[in-house]
Amino acid sequence: MSAVTLETTAAAPARTRVRVRRRRLVVRTSQLALVVAFIGGWELAVRAKLIDEFTYGRPSMVVAQLKTWIFDGTEVGSLGAQIWVTLEETLIGFAIGVSLGVVLGVALGRIPFLADVFDPFIKVMNSIPRIVLGSIFVLWFGLGLLSKVVLVVVLVFFAVFFNAFQGAREVDRNLIANARILGASPRKVTWQVVVPSAMTWIIASLHIAFGFALIGAIVGEFIGAQHGLGLLINEARGAFNPNGVYAAMLIIAVVALAAEWLIALLERRLLRWRPSQLPSSPDI
Amino acid sequence: MADETPAVELRDVTKRFRSPDGSVYTALRDLSMTVAPGEFCAVVGPTGCGKSTTLSLVSGLEPASAGTVHIDGVPVTGIDPRVGFMFQSDAVFPWKSVLANVAAGPLFRGRPRKAVLGEAREWVRRVGLAGFEEHLPHQLSGGMRKRVALAQTLINEPRILLMDEPFAALDAQTRQIMSDELLRLWELTRPSVIFVTHDLEEAIALADKVVVLTVGPATVKGEYRVDLPRPRRVQEIRFEPRFVALYERIWQALRDEVKLAYARTAKAVAA
Ligand SMILES: Nc1ncnc2c1ncn2[C@@H]1O[C@H](COP(=O)(O)OP(=O)(O)OP(=O)(O)O)[C@@H](O)[C@H]1O
Ligand SMILES: [Mg+2]
Repeated sequence: MSAVTLETTAAAPARTRVRVRRRRLVVRTSQLALVVAFIGGWELAVRAKLIDEFTYGRPSMVVAQLKTWIFDGTEVGSLGAQIWVTLEETLIGFAIGVSLGVVLGVALGRIPFLADVFDPFIKVMNSIPRIVLGSIFVLWFGLGLLSKVVLVVVLVFFAVFFNAFQGAREVDRNLIANARILGASPRKVTWQVVVPSAMTWIIASLHIAFGFALIGAIVGEFIGAQHGLGLLINEARGAFNPNGVYAAMLIIAVVALAAEWLIALLERRLLRWRPSQLPSSPDI
Repeated sequence: MADETPAVELRDVTKRFRSPDGSVYTALRDLSMTVAPGEFCAVVGPTGCGKSTTLSLVSGLEPASAGTVHIDGVPVTGIDPRVGFMFQSDAVFPWKSVLANVAAGPLFRGRPRKAVLGEAREWVRRVGLAGFEEHLPHQLSGGMRKRVALAQTLINEPRILLMDEPFAALDAQTRQIMSDELLRLWELTRPSVIFVTHDLEEAIALADKVVVLTVGPATVKGEYRVDLPRPRRVQEIRFEPRFVALYERIWQALRDEVKLAYARTAKAVAA
């Protein structure tokens, strides 16, 4: 980054920029071409009766299904309401699951006695295929919001808990010693040293945890519900309507991508203190 | 001397560790030493002999297995607010800015935020980091991070200052600058210092007294008074005849221990 290299390559950046931009354009065009080829091929194959429309669906009908849902609503109410129900279950369960996971993970990571006591229980709980609990929860808590939220909490909790626990245990002992010497009480050590240190681990788990939350809400609706995207999928399946299943999947994918984007934003905000993996100034 | 209670006194201190394989390792055996109020005491000894362990006992981070540690005549039972400790490895908080790192101690101790931040700014300036208040540790050089650690420790105005090879990772020039800076800051409040180092030159240049430890389990091999005048300039004092003579004398004592330690590790590698 010395002045000399800047001078001798004064013309280079402009040229490099053009090359970078052109490359990006090629990549994007190729991606678009792939999507068009796949969907177009599918549509044409169905029209040419190469594959069976009633089994595999048809892209143009998926769009039509989406249109119907958007403008005429679904059998169980407006589309927006269904999305909102699923989102509500997901978000409430996610928030509770993450809070519980972080609090218990950090507590057990900080207090070896608790970790020893709870160790076998957690191992057993973790070895149960938890998604199956959805059926029990519908029995216990009914067809409404609660049974889904509980399922989401259980799924999210374990994803976050193990990372928070590991993160709390991996904290640099020197940092803890330094904080104690500087005058921090155990509580301040936990909040101002252990939690920020473990944040890297915790945030990494949020990506997976949100995916689990969405799965939990939808599977919960699948098992038994009166509203939600999972119910739409289940009804479409029952009516031998593959296009309805695809349309709901598409909506879920959009929701998941939006959430992923928000979490990445949070990550960048909270983990600003880490040396970035990418070079801060573009290399030539 | 009867009227003056030592600032730090270790009396027949023994420290044992349980090694991972279950056996017991004795790091310190019957170690006794004192540091007078306001005295700058350097501790040298071969690597792995127990210097860091000694500091962790004085700080209260670790209890002694036998013997007692006193600060101002009172036995140490836990972390004492009068003690400051600069660790051997980097221990600044990587998620806090320079200013927040320096302010951490007084804030941990519950002092009002506004006053603390003003004071922290002043300390950042004193260690030569003005303009870097909002930088994060990973954006600083190793020497600058050591300055942050120094300010972070000194802002608490410790009466006992423990320093564990604070400048070992720095290049020779930076180390001399930091040493001069340390002496200047030390003159301000005159805490009692225990300064651990591998570098005998550094020890003599800085200290009033050099304590040589034996190869582990460590005990005191000898104590040497450094009666060079203050204020000192670290890069110049090395060429004074009295400095050279002292160096020769202390090195005699230290050399045998270093050789022993080296022979021991060489044997361990061969085995
Ligand atoms: N927590 C611990 N558990 C077991 N052994 C330990 C522990 N801490 C230190 N030791 C052992 O005690 C001995 C002294 O360690 P210490 O860190 O005090 O050495 P040191 O003199 O500071 O070495 P250096 O100059 O390399 O920093 C070493 O042999 C080390 O292996
Ligand atoms: Mg050490």
